[in-house]
Amino acid sequence: MADKNEILAGLAEIVNEETGVETSDVQLEKSFTEDLDIDSISMMTIVVNAEEKFGVTIPDEEVKNLTTVGEAVDFIANAS
Amino acid sequence: MVTLNTRPLQKFSKILGLGTARPDVVVTNDDVCEWIDSSDEWIRTRTGISTRHRADSETSAMDLAIAAARDALQRSAVPPEEIDGVIVSTISHPYATPSLAAKLAHEIGVSPAAAYDISAACAGYCYGVGQADALVRAGAARNVLVVGVEKLSDFIDNSERSISFLLGDGAGAVVVGPSEEAGIGPTVWGSDGSKWETINMTHSLLEVRNRDWISDPVREDEKVWPTLYQDGPTVFRWAAWEMAKVAQQALDEAGVSAEDLGAFVPHQANMRIIDQLVKTLKLPDHVVVGRDIADAGNTSAASVPLAARRLLDEHPELSGRLALQIGFGAGLVYAAQVVVLP
Ligand SMILES: CC(C)(COP(=O)(O)OP(=O)(O)OC[C@H]1O[C@@H](n2cnc3c(N)ncnc32)[C@H](O)[C@@H]1OP(=O)(O)O)[C@@H](O)C(=O)NCCC(=O)NCCS
Repeated sequence: MADKNEILAGLAEIVNEETGVETSDVQLEKSFTEDLDIDSISMMTIVVNAEEKFGVTIPDEEVKNLTTVGEAVDFIANAS
Repeated sequence: MVTLNTRPLQKFSKILGLGTARPDVVVTNDDVCEWIDSSDEWIRTRTGISTRHRADSETSAMDLAIAAARDALQRSAVPPEEIDGVIVSTISHPYATPSLAAKLAHEIGVSPAAAYDISAACAGYCYGVGQADALVRAGAARNVLVVGVEKLSDFIDNSERSISFLLGDGAGAVVVGPSEEAGIGPTVWGSDGSKWETINMTHSLLEVRNRDWISDPVREDEKVWPTLYQDGPTVFRWAAWEMAKVAQQALDEAGVSAEDLGAFVPHQANMRIIDQLVKTLKLPDHVVVGRDIADAGNTSAASVPLAARRLLDEHPELSGRLALQIGFGAGLVYAAQVVVLP
């Protein structure tokens, strides 16, 4: 199981690259859409880049359940 | 035993002329929002589409095909009697048989050219160019007319929210003929029928025929006529990332690098897919990218030639330069090749 802090840092970089949101704003309790203003299509890009970076598979059905950054970090931690 | 004669092979083929037809009715995002729960802002930011062009009820897919084919013939300067093949890609010709191609060949005066339709949806134009290239080089036809034509507005339900708002009508056509130099690179093409359901019709015509209309009458808001729907996110993921690999393979097989390209003409499905492809393929800034979708919407088999025609009109210096083109869509199917622009 990968370290959650590392996953958060990696995910923050991906979010920053796709959307320009500051990495420091990507915090566990933040909602991707509500707080970080990330649209469904940018979310798809983030998911694909996360799959590549962390060597995990995040199915389309699962993406809908990943509302917050913390949920995404947990999913990646458990899948890797 | 006698040995059979075969026709002499041609070394190379190229696109000799590219014609188009754009229908007149402009449907805005505000028009769309009369039919579905959406907004101009949502549609622009998620898809890059501001308007789509659609044909009026008097104009058929055949009419659009005839206009584009005549334009391509004229631009290519190939006499009609030297066209030996007509390939039409369409999913919106309203007859299972006979083909749109056979009547088109007659209407534009190229009969008795071999004429047939193919069903490869949004990949159909690039499928057709690949076939035409093979037919010309094999000596099976001197020149081949390839047409991508759609009147998708006949096969959508405007109150449906997954795909209808993206779609427009139109036609594009090219004449492919022999060449002294390679004008069409290897076609990288294929299919993934495991995703057959992801872009499909609501039901088949047999379901319409076999339904017991007495015990199961038409419900309010129900559309009896089969129309298109899709699983947008699944298709987006496939198109934006898997298709970059196909496009890269077309470059590699042609022995061309992104630096060598004058233009990139992807299927006009979604501006965000186009942006992602440009990014993944690392296309340099000097490569002009087809972004006709903003005004024309997604016109399936017609989108690549419509976008290419527009680039040639806006940047005449692209004539003779290399373009990477790729189509992908329902099937799922895909095809890509590098071509020399006419
Ligand atoms: C169709 C497409 C634009 C939908 O965008 P998306 O972001 O994937 O949409 P989703 O289905 O994930 O839905 C995300 C949100 O947008 C909403 N939405 C979906 N379609 C909408 C529409 N037409 N208008 C407004 N909102 C819409 C959903 O209700 C959902 O809202 P919610 O989060 O509040 O529940 C996009 O998936 C796409 O372009 N896919 C590629 C399809 C394609 O190109 N097909 C043809 C290939 S030939």
